[in-house]
Amino acid sequence: MKKLNVTIVDDDSGRSIILERALKDAGYNVVAILSSNDNLLLHIEKIQPDMIIVDLDSPSRDSLESMRIVTQHNPKPIVMFTNDTDDSMINEAINAGVSAYVVDGFNEKRIKPIMDVAIARFREFQALRNELKKTRNSLEERKIMDKAKGIIMEQRNCNEADAYKVLRNLSMENNKRIVEVAEQIISITGALSN
Amino acid sequence: MTIENQQQNNVKLEKEQLTIGFIPLTDCATLAVAKEKGFFKQYGLDVTLSKEASWANIRDKLAYGILDAAQMLATMPITSSLGTGSWKKETISSLVLGVNGNAITVSCRLYEQLKEIDPNFDKQRPVTADTLKILIEQRKVKDLTPLTFAHVFPASTHNYFLRYWLASAGIDPDHDVILNVIPPQQMVKNLENNMVDGFCVGEPWNQQAIVKGLGHVLITSYEIWNNAPEKVLGLNKEWAYSHPNTHRALIKALIESARWIDDDENRVEVAKIISQEEYTHLPEEIILPPLLGKYRYHPEGEAENLPQFNLFYKYNASFPWLSQAEWYMSQMIRWGDISDSLDIESILKNIFWVDFHRQVMEEMGLDSPTINKKSEGLHAKEWEVTSRNGTQTMSSDLFFDGQVFEY
Repeated sequence: MKKLNVTIVDDDSGRSIILERALKDAGYNVVAILSSNDNLLLHIEKIQPDMIIVDLDSPSRDSLESMRIVTQHNPKPIVMFTNDTDDSMINEAINAGVSAYVVDGFNEKRIKPIMDVAIARFREFQALRNELKKTRNSLEERKIMDKAKGIIMEQRNCNEADAYKVLRNLSMENNKRIVEVAEQIISITGALSN
Repeated sequence: MTIENQQQNNVKLEKEQLTIGFIPLTDCATLAVAKEKGFFKQYGLDVTLSKEASWANIRDKLAYGILDAAQMLATMPITSSLGTGSWKKETISSLVLGVNGNAITVSCRLYEQLKEIDPNFDKQRPVTADTLKILIEQRKVKDLTPLTFAHVFPASTHNYFLRYWLASAGIDPDHDVILNVIPPQQMVKNLENNMVDGFCVGEPWNQQAIVKGLGHVLITSYEIWNNAPEKVLGLNKEWAYSHPNTHRALIKALIESARWIDDDENRVEVAKIISQEEYTHLPEEIILPPLLGKYRYHPEGEAENLPQFNLFYKYNASFPWLSQAEWYMSQMIRWGDISDSLDIESILKNIFWVDFHRQVMEEMGLDSPTINKKSEGLHAKEWEVTSRNGTQTMSSDLFFDGQVFEY
C-alpha cells in the first residue's frame, strides 16, 4: 500500500521534530513541517499531503478549513476528519491539543494509527513542558541557561562563550527571550534521548 | 442588589464555574466587561475566559465540552448544527453579543487603481463594488491574476458580507476573485506584504491597517446591512437542556454587561478593558474611536461619524431575530454551502431560542419584541415594534443595495 504523506503544522519546532521522528519510525512519510508564518495555502496546494496534523491552538486552522474552497478545482478537498470518525478518538485528540485534516474519503483505519502517534507525542510533550515549568519555578533562569549551554558545548564541542553566542543568536532570530530558547533546547534534547 | 437579582440567587445553579471561549476582537467586549465589572459574579458565576486562536477551535472545544459556552460568529450555531464543514453538533443561542463591527479594507495600491478609473468612486456612501468590477474586467483583458480578498472563516458573516457586496456589482466571488481565509491577527501583515488586495474583518484590524497607512476602508458591515447580528453566545444544545438555570444566569449577566457597554459614558472604560493583555492586547487609541462612533476610512483626514458602528444592547441588539438568521441561511444556500432543500424555518426555531430570551428579559424586568421576524431591509430609520409592554424603538435594517428580505 502506498505510504501516506503527512504534513505537520506546528509553531513549536521542538514538538514538531519529535512528532516527525515518531511518525518516520512508524513508517510514514513526513513531507513537510510548516508553521503558521508560512503561506500554508500555497505550500499545501503544492505538496498535496494526504493528511495534515495541526496544533489545535494554531491560528492557521481557519485557513486550513478553507482549503475545501480553494481546492474546489482539485479532486482532493481537505476535511477535519469525517462525520463518522470515531467520537472517542476526536475527544482524545482535542484533549491532547492536536487536530488533523485528511483528504476526503480516506479510510479511518489508516488515519487512526497516525492519530494515536500524534496524540501520544503531544501528551508526552505537554508532560515534559509541565515538568519544565516546575523546574523553572524551583531553579533560577540562570541554571536553565547553564544547562542549555552545557548541552550546546557537548554537542558542538565548543567553549561556554560560544555556546552563549549560539543561544543569543537563536534568541534574536526567533524573537524569543534567551531563557525560552534555552528551555526549548533542553526539552528537545530531553525528548530525543527518551 | 435589585429584587430580580435576589430572586436569581435563590435559584440553584447546576454549574458555577464556567469556561467561556472568545476571540480577541473589539466585540468580545460583552464577555470581557461581564468578567471585569463583576456581572458574572453578581449572578453567582465564576467564569474563566479562554482566549482561543481560531473559530475552528471555538467550534471544536464547545462541541467536545472543553468550553461551556463561547462567543461565536452569528452563522456558527447554524453550521455546527448542520455539520457544515465539520462534524454535526446541535448548537443553540439565545443571545446576540453584538451587532455590526466589520468592514472591507483594500490596499493602498488597489485603492489608487480604483481612483484612476473613477476619482469619485467613493464619494458617496455606501460605496458599491461597481468600480472594482470595471477594474476586474480590465485585468481579465490584460490576463492578470485575479485579485485576492480574505475573510476569517469558511462560513463566516464576513464571507457572506464580502460575497454579497461583490456579487451586487456582478462580480462572481468564486471565479472573478480569489477568496482566502486568514486569521484576523495576520490580516494587516498580509496586506503589508501584498499577499492580499483586500479583506473583510472585525475591529480593531481595519483601523490598525488605516493607522499604519496600509489601506482604505471602502464599506463597513453596518453600511452593507444595518445592525446585522455579528457575534452570538453559542451553547451545546445538550448543555443548555441540562443547565437551564446556569444558562439563565449567564444570559442575565451578559445582558447587564451589554447595557453597561451601551451607556455612552462607559465606552472609554470598555476600550481600556479590551486593550488589556488578556483580551486584544492592542493600543487603546485604536480600539476606542469606533466605540465612540468615530470611524476612519482613510489613513489621512478626520474620522467620520458612524454612531452605530458597535452596538451591544440598544435597539434590541441582543435579541436573536429569526429573520436575520434566515438571511444568513439564504446566503449559505446561495453560495452552495448548504443544501437548498432544508426546512429553514424549523431548523432555525430549534437553534435560536427566542422565547427563552424573552423569558429571561421578563425575569429581569426588561421589555422585548413580541414578534420573531421582521422585514429586513425595510426600515430606513427608527421605527416602533410591538413589545410585551407596548412598543419599543428599533433602528434601521437597510441593505446597502436597497434590497428587502421578506421571510
